[in-house]
Amino acid sequence: MAAPRCSRCAWLLLVFIYSLYVVVKSEEPTPGDEQHASVVDNPQTAAETEKQPTEERRWEATQVDETVPDDAAASKQDLPVPDSVLTSTPALKDEFQEELVIRPLHSGDIYASFQFRTVWETDFTRGSKVSHYRLFPKSLGQVISKFSVRELHISFTQGYWRTMQWGQPYLPSPPGAELWVWFQDTVTDVDATWKELTNVLSGIFCASLNFIDSTNTVQPSASFKPLGIANGTDHRFLRYATLPREIVCTENLTPWKKLLPCGSKAGLAVLLKSEKLFHSSFHSQAVHIRPVCQDEPCKTASLELRQTLNVVFDLHASGQGKREWSLFKMFSRTLTEACPLASSSKIYIDVTDNPQEDQFELSPATHLLSQAVVLGDRRTFSVYDLTQQVTFGTVRSLNVLIRWKSTEGDMLRPLLHAERYVAGYGLQTGEIHTLMYNNHPFRSFPVLLLDSVPWYLRLYVHTLTVTSKGKDNKPSYIHYQPSKDRMRPHLLEMLVQLPPHSVTEVTVQFERALLKWTEYTPDPNHGFYVGSSVVSALVPSTVAMNTNITKEQPLFSTFFPTKEESSYFIRVYTEPLLVNLPTPDFSMPYNVICLTCTVVAVGYGSLYNLLTRSFQVEEPNPGLAKRIANVIRKMRGVPPL
Amino acid sequence: MGLLSDPNRRRALISLLTRLNAPICALCYFAAVCWFMGLAFEPFTLRTYMSENAMGSTMVEERFPSGERALATGKEFAAHKKKVGGMPVDWLVKTMQARGLEVFTQSFSRTLPFPDENKERYIVKGTNVYGILRAPRAPRTEALVLSAPCSPGDNNNQAVGLLLGLAHYFRSQVFWAKDIIFLVNEHDLIGMQAWLESYHHTNTTGMDWSPLQGRGGSIQAALSLELSSDVITSLDIILEGLNGQLPNLDLANLFYAFCQKIGVLCTIQGRLQRNDWDSVSGYSHAVQTMMLMVMKQASGRPWGDHGLFLRYHIEAATVKGINSFRQYKTDVTTVGRLLEGMFRKLNNLLERLHQSYFFYLMPSLSHFVSIGYYMPAFGLLAVILLLRALDLWVQLVSPPAIAADGVGDIAQQSSPGVLSVLTPLVISHLTGAALYILPTRFQEIAVEHFPVSETEAVVLTAIAVYTAGLALPHNTHRLLSGEGTEQGWRVLKLVAVLYLAVLLGCTALINFSLGFILALTLVPVAAFVTPHVPKTLSAVVLVILSPAFTLLFSVFFFQELEEMPVSFQDGWLLYLSVISQGILDHYLYGSLVYPLIALMVYPCWLLFWNILFWK
Repeated sequence: MAAPRCSRCAWLLLVFIYSLYVVVKSEEPTPGDEQHASVVDNPQTAAETEKQPTEERRWEATQVDETVPDDAAASKQDLPVPDSVLTSTPALKDEFQEELVIRPLHSGDIYASFQFRTVWETDFTRGSKVSHYRLFPKSLGQVISKFSVRELHISFTQGYWRTMQWGQPYLPSPPGAELWVWFQDTVTDVDATWKELTNVLSGIFCASLNFIDSTNTVQPSASFKPLGIANGTDHRFLRYATLPREIVCTENLTPWKKLLPCGSKAGLAVLLKSEKLFHSSFHSQAVHIRPVCQDEPCKTASLELRQTLNVVFDLHASGQGKREWSLFKMFSRTLTEACPLASSSKIYIDVTDNPQEDQFELSPATHLLSQAVVLGDRRTFSVYDLTQQVTFGTVRSLNVLIRWKSTEGDMLRPLLHAERYVAGYGLQTGEIHTLMYNNHPFRSFPVLLLDSVPWYLRLYVHTLTVTSKGKDNKPSYIHYQPSKDRMRPHLLEMLVQLPPHSVTEVTVQFERALLKWTEYTPDPNHGFYVGSSVVSALVPSTVAMNTNITKEQPLFSTFFPTKEESSYFIRVYTEPLLVNLPTPDFSMPYNVICLTCTVVAVGYGSLYNLLTRSFQVEEPNPGLAKRIANVIRKMRGVPPL
Repeated sequence: MGLLSDPNRRRALISLLTRLNAPICALCYFAAVCWFMGLAFEPFTLRTYMSENAMGSTMVEERFPSGERALATGKEFAAHKKKVGGMPVDWLVKTMQARGLEVFTQSFSRTLPFPDENKERYIVKGTNVYGILRAPRAPRTEALVLSAPCSPGDNNNQAVGLLLGLAHYFRSQVFWAKDIIFLVNEHDLIGMQAWLESYHHTNTTGMDWSPLQGRGGSIQAALSLELSSDVITSLDIILEGLNGQLPNLDLANLFYAFCQKIGVLCTIQGRLQRNDWDSVSGYSHAVQTMMLMVMKQASGRPWGDHGLFLRYHIEAATVKGINSFRQYKTDVTTVGRLLEGMFRKLNNLLERLHQSYFFYLMPSLSHFVSIGYYMPAFGLLAVILLLRALDLWVQLVSPPAIAADGVGDIAQQSSPGVLSVLTPLVISHLTGAALYILPTRFQEIAVEHFPVSETEAVVLTAIAVYTAGLALPHNTHRLLSGEGTEQGWRVLKLVAVLYLAVLLGCTALINFSLGFILALTLVPVAAFVTPHVPKTLSAVVLVILSPAFTLLFSVFFFQELEEMPVSFQDGWLLYLSVISQGILDHYLYGSLVYPLIALMVYPCWLLFWNILFWK
């Protein structure tokens, strides 16, 4: 036992020294440019021509990368390496950024969105093994390389995003857990890998992801395209599953926080205290891993890990009636420093609706402003840069305070909004209604609807109707995969054009299946969950539809109404459904079994007997003399008496 | 069963049953009535107990503080109601929004099949306002409903005030796991029906409603609040819903438990419970309470706004504040605390309420009679029908005149032809169909030709069709087979008796009270009617035991139980209005009592009428 422990100490020491070295080194080239964070320092890619980078090229580049001899790798060849992890290229750069966006919402609530981004110039493809980790969490890195994951998106959400009150979130997610993964095309048995992966992730995130199996996994053909660079979109390598019942709590937050380079010790992550985070209206945490371009020509790929946490604090539940928010009130902490490992650490406050400070008052005041087009809308943000000491002021702590002045706003009319419910009553049939609202006054746009319904709701696809404005609206694309009992769910994907200013209703009837008695959950009378449907759409940008030119803008930019991107991508999740299935009375199985058996055995059995048997009056027993006589007659060959 | 497989013993048993048929039937009838009356006797009943663990052991604290403010809100609501002359929709929307709810409105309209004279309405247009308190971190899968009707006049203002006060208080709490929907419905049951149909997107009664914009998932439980005074002496819980459906007993238990905890007087059927069960007056009190429940359940109509929820498998009850002349008064804060406690426990539910009984009668709030206890009373009545059927069967198979060797004869004798049985069946059912269809269809014609209002026209047409049915279907068999044979009426009666047994059995399973009351009157008819009994006397008895007269007696009996006896004149008017209400209940809410009586029970009774006049 002593030897491995010793070697582990040595290993840790080495890592520590090395990481110090890298910190020192990585701080040099950071130019503070937050837009193009990926550092261009790879001479090979820079040497490439400006041509369109084909996939082949990129692979080659990584091959070359791999073969680069490395001092550090060579120096630790003799160390015991855990598991099958072989040599690596620790000279690869990695970088960490953190930011917090705070958006005061119309309803008086407040939306805080944390994003932690780690970019690592490495490539797990082609079986290259990486053993040295600095900022990137090793547990995830190993998972990615072992299961040949190209992209991984996992989210845990407690609560439902109220689009009508809050507008669109920066990162949408459905209630419960959602996991979707693109595998490398080198994976041969995707289903087995998926199964193994979900079990491993289940351990990493302390969640019941192990309940993902073939009955709730689908392969969407169009709705979930890779978000990072990808060379193929063959949906055989995609797996998508949701667990609408998953309850998210501290036990999921702790492992999530452990993936951060600073943990929850420094930087923005000190705000993540579970007693406050779970005292909110909405809580969603996610991990997104995808390959991104390393530099402008996109010759090589880096791995991006984005950890996001979105939380909405409720105005009313906080009590006291005072309409003011501060970091301390929200998180019961203030900020004192940025994460030392972070190359950038910023707080953005959305002040778009507050140009004259008539909505709310912000303190301490900051003069740093930033503009970005978010969700089709140009937003203005006040920025607090935590890497600057001046941000913390004389008290050496930052407690951003927002004091509301106006009263609550009305409900919003987001351009795209979807909801879903079960219609009908009784336990035999039902109807799923999905409503999609297009609130754009004059533009229609197409949406992709993805519905994954468990097998025990037997959809009658012939009853599928899509109507908008009272008329039949024929989808231009339908992908339907029927369910197989206890094997796979229904998958329904369709492309529907939503007319302007309309409600489009998709209805499909279903029959509730009778389950086997072991298939019921421990609380069968609670009901069974059906995951959210997913509406993905390219929505016309509000910037583009803005025709009143009252704001001061350059003249050359304001003649034609379309500006910037004319549409933007959003994904809207509907609420999950809770459906009751016919449930036997489990409280008295013994009584039921006994009674049924008795009734069947005694009642039915003898009645059946009575009805089918023909009764005859038995002949009285022949006397002894007669029997003897018959024996004699038989011997004589005469018919008996 | 071994007894039956031995032909000798079978013969002996059958002969015993046929010989002693009449005494056994009488004994069964007597036993059934005794059993039923015994149900209210406290030592024979069970104490109520909370079955649902999620609501039992966890204690909740009730802290609702602002009853006075709720009353002030109620006054404000009353003022706005008076100003608008109906539902103050805008004010409600604004007030609910100020309390931090997501507010939606729903408009509906319904033209009644004929004017409702009790509530003076014909073309109903209204708006429901509801606000949803979104539970934090809940995915909109489950909801609870608190509703208060916006009644005409000065009624229920306090209920709406309390509802808004509770909404305000609930909004600032963090422990909600289910969305809570606060609903103010206009035009009481019609508004509720519109809202529920829209919520579940069904249309069973042909109402026009605008679709709902906001939902909270599957509704787990609902409470409807009726409160018309600032202070109350007691709270009454109303359980009987549409078609005699009852909410899970745990809901009543929950109410009782909180009344005990908070110290509010609570009643069921408007009656306090008494402790002197061993005295005669105590027993008769329990019997009266139970009989009230039986009568209400048998009527099949919703006795509060909660009644319509039950169709959707949502446990619901109406809580009604009663202000009598008692000294001890309870203020609105206490009522609010009681409701808060109930909602917090309902919020704790992990499953739908299913642990406790769905079929029960309550002789008092603390005692109940479960289905296992009351069903034997009905079973004893049903046995009479089976015994009579057996008797008839035996008579048909072996007529006493031709004891031996009459197989061929029997075949000839007992072949009265399918037609002679089928014809009365068809005719009586056609009469039933006429009774079901004609009253509402011919109201215009009736109004044109007779000096009556539309409602009267409907009721009087119904009575006319009913009476005409008595004259119609006799002696059809004479036209078909010449002479009404002895075998003919026996076969018909056998069919009728078995039909009645199945009919009553099914009814009693769904609505015990209705089944039992019908059985109580129809079983004697079915048992004694033959063509050989004295005609006039039997005809009178038969008419008196017919469904229409049962209803008439029930009206008087119910008034007696409610301690509001009526004279015969008033009783008759009440009877007419009850008929019109029954028909309206069917068309408005889908109550099944009227079609059941018209399409099944009445034709069945006509068959017996037919048998009486066989020759």
